[in-house]
Amino acid sequence: MEIKKNKNLFFNIGLLLFFVWLLIISYSSSKRKPDNIGELLNDFSWLQKWPKWLDLPLMKWINIGFKKLNETYGFIFEAINNFLLAMLVALKNFLILAPWPTVVLGVTAIAYFASGRKIKTTVFVGFCTFFIGFLHPIFWQKAIETTAIMLISIFLCLVFGMPIGILMSRAERIRNKILPVLDLMQTIPAFVYLIPGIMLFGLGAVPAIIATFIYAVPPLVRLTDLGIRLVDKEVIEAADAFGASKKQKLWGVQMPLALPNIMQGINQCTMMALSMVVIASMIGTRGLGDEVLLGLQQLNVGRAAEAGIAIVLLAIVLDRITQSYGETLQERRAPEKKKGK
Amino acid sequence: MSKIEIKNVYKIFGNNPQSVMPMVKEGANKEEVLEKTGHTVGLDNVSLNIEEGETFVCMGLSGSGKSTLIRHLNRLIDPTDGEILVEGTNVMSFNKDQLIEFRRHKMSMVFQRFGLFPHKTVMQNVGYGLEMQGKPEDERDRVAMEKIEAVGLSGFENQFPNQLSGGMQQRVGLARALATDSDIMLMDEAFSALDPLIRSDMQKQLLDLQSELKKTIVFITHDLDESLRLGDHIGILNAGKLVQVGTPVDIIMNPADDYVKAFVKDVNRAKVIKAKVVMKDINNANDIDKSSLIKVNEDQFIEEFLPQIVCSNSNCEVVDKSGNVKGYISNKELQSSLTKS
Repeated sequence: MEIKKNKNLFFNIGLLLFFVWLLIISYSSSKRKPDNIGELLNDFSWLQKWPKWLDLPLMKWINIGFKKLNETYGFIFEAINNFLLAMLVALKNFLILAPWPTVVLGVTAIAYFASGRKIKTTVFVGFCTFFIGFLHPIFWQKAIETTAIMLISIFLCLVFGMPIGILMSRAERIRNKILPVLDLMQTIPAFVYLIPGIMLFGLGAVPAIIATFIYAVPPLVRLTDLGIRLVDKEVIEAADAFGASKKQKLWGVQMPLALPNIMQGINQCTMMALSMVVIASMIGTRGLGDEVLLGLQQLNVGRAAEAGIAIVLLAIVLDRITQSYGETLQERRAPEKKKGK
Repeated sequence: MSKIEIKNVYKIFGNNPQSVMPMVKEGANKEEVLEKTGHTVGLDNVSLNIEEGETFVCMGLSGSGKSTLIRHLNRLIDPTDGEILVEGTNVMSFNKDQLIEFRRHKMSMVFQRFGLFPHKTVMQNVGYGLEMQGKPEDERDRVAMEKIEAVGLSGFENQFPNQLSGGMQQRVGLARALATDSDIMLMDEAFSALDPLIRSDMQKQLLDLQSELKKTIVFITHDLDESLRLGDHIGILNAGKLVQVGTPVDIIMNPADDYVKAFVKDVNRAKVIKAKVVMKDINNANDIDKSSLIKVNEDQFIEEFLPQIVCSNSNCEVVDKSGNVKGYISNKELQSSLTKS
């Protein structure tokens, strides 16, 4: 108890010192500070309005940091860039080169199996897909570009988000560290993610993928963590009591039972990714968002509306597929009582 | 050597259990410890022996630590202090892998709310312990089918747990515990969640199975009738302390303190006490009038022959299975044994 208290005290003193250091640094590096520090004691007008010299030079630091990062580790970003771009181009070309009826049929087939052979959902999704191209022929290719970026982002979300979620569910300490980071990621305006992306990867699709990934991953992490922790305690105890190892418990019991929640996370992730991809048109990412932007710039309400509707249709298609897959899973894991019984 | 030996086990819940140990060892009671340190005493110096092939019932009200105690045996909970020996081996000395092996082969467990895996069929649930043991699938299914038949659930093997009623689910839990063929079975309030009729049905089934299998069973319950019916020995816990250990008759005839007295107050003694318990030995029975005798078996409960005796106002002659006379019960004694408190 004593040691803990002391530790806390030292930590707080350290924080205070850090704050004072920040003040001194800001003051001394400011160009607008008064010539003589004594002036502050004679003239108190700086208490009235926020003084120009009381300015943390965070902007400068970050800019310098990014420049350094780019110079020293540029090759790493280059490699990531090339890798993601190659994946994206392959996926995009595959979907664009395929005849459009096959793609429509393919999406319909996916919906059919994902929804557990529900005809209603399948037909609905099929029509929505058809209407994307039907609205404007150019939308077909744009929608495919948007979808390709999204799919790659979601793939990244799965690869990084799920393991983090699993880790969080296992250790309270890790969760306490990661939760504030997730909060931060969700509160920072989506736009802000685009800038470091451009700085590191240049204009185009890759920064959009990165920004989309950062924006869309928190719900997946949260719901994976939540899903695993919500699994009935007694079921976990049963697995333990029969001698399941950690791995067997995770893959045999926890993950299957958390799957409906994880699917919900993927669904959330998809929706957020779509909204981010649209915003990413601001940095020259091609896709449906770019049509909205054009409509806006030309004050062409019809064009913007058409593109907007196409985005909604795409959202519906993706949402129906992921959502209904989650529902199917849940049904299969926990079937209703059989009829007639 | 007893099958299971529990030696001076303490369990304290809280942030820093070790710091509270000296206080608990000095004899501070649960309330004092909670008030002074914020720690909860789960078990307070519990020592008991459980013999091979017997059913040991651990009884107490909720919060008395009985569920905590049973979880110490397979180390779902680790004790704060003390030793737990199973077949002479201290389970506290096991490392992770040894513990997993131990849980796979030595003990199985039945849970209060069943703890079944909702995403597995009845057959897969029953075979889970074998799956953990690494048995091939065909053997798993064969043994699982056997056990499913043994608990009377044939025909339901491909159903999911939530398609079954509570009683049937607990049968699955029982079959799952039987399937691993472990010597020791832990049953944590296994029948408490069932309604009375099904409960007594399950008790009978357990007795039948036990007469055949002769496993060592540790059974937790808060129901005195259940413990009297099932237990070879009964241990009564109060606020983490073991108050009394003894055979059902011991507990009823000589309750150790007011807590146990309150427990046994409403018990129907005729249902619990066997003829051989109250009979006078053949050599000491000279003062009993042997003119009109009714023969009873030594293992019969008083309840079974009481009406006969009372109506005819005669005495009993107690015989064993092969008809040899073991002793006598006078009418008067029979009455007093039922009302003694």
